[in-house]
Amino acid sequence: MNQKVFSDPILQVRNLQTHFKTDAGVVKAVDGVSFDLRKGETLGIVGESGSGKSVTNLSLMRLIPSPPGRIVGGKVMFHDTDLMKISDSEMRNIRGNKISMIFQDPMTSLNPFLKVSTQLIETIRLHQGLGKRAARAQAVEMLAMVGIAKPEQRIEHYPHQFSGGMRQRVMIAMALSCKPEILIADEPTTALDVTIQAQILEIIKRLADDLGTAVIMITHDLGVVAGMCDNVAVMYAGKIVEKGTAKELFGDPKHPYTKGLIHSVPRLDQDHQERLFSIEGQPPNLIGLPDACPFYPRCNYVMDICKQKYPAPEQLSENRAVNCWLYKEHENKEAGLVEQR
Amino acid sequence: MSNNDDVLLSVRNLKLYFPIEEGVLFKRVTGHIRAVDGVSFDIKRGETLGLVGESGCGKSTTARAIAQLYKPTEGEIVLNGTDLAQANAHDLLRHRKDIQMVFQDPYASLNPRMTVRDIIAEPMQIFVNRGLMQMGAKEIDQRVEELMEKVGLNKYFKNRYPHEFSGGQRQRIGIARALMLNPQLILADEPVSALDVSIQSQILNLLRDLQREFHLTYLFIAHDLAVIKYISDRVAVMYLGVIVEVADSDTLYEEPLHPYTQALLSAIPIPDPEVEGHRNRIILTGDVPSPDQERNGCYFYDRCPKSMPHCQEHVPALKEVKPAHYTACFLYFEPTPENVVRSAPKQEVVNSTSS
Repeated sequence: MNQKVFSDPILQVRNLQTHFKTDAGVVKAVDGVSFDLRKGETLGIVGESGSGKSVTNLSLMRLIPSPPGRIVGGKVMFHDTDLMKISDSEMRNIRGNKISMIFQDPMTSLNPFLKVSTQLIETIRLHQGLGKRAARAQAVEMLAMVGIAKPEQRIEHYPHQFSGGMRQRVMIAMALSCKPEILIADEPTTALDVTIQAQILEIIKRLADDLGTAVIMITHDLGVVAGMCDNVAVMYAGKIVEKGTAKELFGDPKHPYTKGLIHSVPRLDQDHQERLFSIEGQPPNLIGLPDACPFYPRCNYVMDICKQKYPAPEQLSENRAVNCWLYKEHENKEAGLVEQR
Repeated sequence: MSNNDDVLLSVRNLKLYFPIEEGVLFKRVTGHIRAVDGVSFDIKRGETLGLVGESGCGKSTTARAIAQLYKPTEGEIVLNGTDLAQANAHDLLRHRKDIQMVFQDPYASLNPRMTVRDIIAEPMQIFVNRGLMQMGAKEIDQRVEELMEKVGLNKYFKNRYPHEFSGGQRQRIGIARALMLNPQLILADEPVSALDVSIQSQILNLLRDLQREFHLTYLFIAHDLAVIKYISDRVAVMYLGVIVEVADSDTLYEEPLHPYTQALLSAIPIPDPEVEGHRNRIILTGDVPSPDQERNGCYFYDRCPKSMPHCQEHVPALKEVKPAHYTACFLYFEPTPENVVRSAPKQEVVNSTSS
């Protein structure tokens, strides 16, 4: 992979917090997440189910169902606008137009009663104010771009006439039809077979490069991240525990959770190992978590301080940060506190 | 395929067709979905055979036909010398005890209104109720507790209900249930694909440990090739209802022969950006065709990057092309009558120069 040079961030997320109120208590689904996204960058957010990766992205699109969900704090700066402060109609202008999303399940995200043409043209007309004919031409062009054969005929079909992989292509066409600056792909290939997954990832990569779109790729599949992303953020229990370039993060994982995650996946290019590494125990319940490191009950390197306080991010290099007490010892001795970004 | 006494299960030319019905009152059969279309393989005692393929290729249907949950349309399923497809109800019940299944979805495969104890005990309870086994409630309790500890569950949880457990723990319950009758063969149908990665490795390790301890034989189904490689001794690759390649797991990954296996392997992302950056990916075009037609050519013909004209006219048989390495592809043998399952009706072999 070539090392791309990125300009200033177009999206800055700072200390985002999203809570859900349930009968059993408040679930801190996203608990102080911060990251930057630059033009043309592909950022991977990995984590297991319930780690808050989807809620993070729904929050910055302001699509959290409320109640029970509520964004309780944080800033999301898109260029110079704080998305958390603008009105609903201004948000609607940005959503789909400047920032668009692809979801996991291509079966449920298209309306089964409407032709693909209706759905695509409607999107284009709504966001770009084009006439019917121009919108149609652009829709056909987008379908061709995502590799659908005979787009002029296929556009008149209903979603059930497409296979899963084709429907995901239609979704990508729809998401990119307004040439958004940011594309959020939430597990775009999880429901698909591997050979189709390879096709879809290739399309997302190619189009993002062609259109200069920044991509946030949410996935649980470390392999997808390794192949697609420039930078990676690892989430656990609503927090980002480690950030870095894909190369650094996979080559030299720092956080015990990242290490465990990478080593517990069986790999094709490895010998028939005797035993897989596994992280013992279960992910924590997010209700009433103390201010400790949420990973400490499963961590092999646990220390006393881990049970008392959550560590601030430790900036290891320009792109690299880790939230772990293991990397803080010397700073603790020197100054007693750590510089927070 | 080798013929020795060590073979526990031997499947021969298994076919399973599902009828397509039309009409509202008077149903008539208008066609068939050829879910499994002539599959043969052996599983040796104590080995793990991995069955891998994309959705709809017939891997689950094969497992269900072996467990006699579907009656095969054609073919033999020989377990310990008895053909289950032809066995009468009484014999079948006796042999059923030797085959148990572990299912994909740990949420749907456990009855939410039964306690863990009842779920794990149920297979044995059925045999006791029918008078095929003599066991008191105490003995059953003891066995349940023993198995719960073996699969890594606290035995004091035995009176709880499934909803009180996480996905990984539920899968452990399903595994304990499968072990209750001391089976010889476990059919594991995507047992880890619904689980998170950190939990997945726990379950894979558990299945491996149990295999050693109880001398189990596994038919392990998954769509994830990396998981299959880790757990299996030998791997069979399925496509559209047929097996296209069988080899032991290291050989298959080092030297895949069938173009479909090659494409499948190259499509798997490897969690390492250094490796990912230098891989040549074979991207297949198109989707898997619908299995409702009888095919007279290679099943992979439409998507194959290396297809030749005669691939369309003959169905290749699964042949041993290297020691213990079987594949069904005309790149490695000529379409002579003994290498062909069937051919297109009219056209005879015209030329075979292009191989």
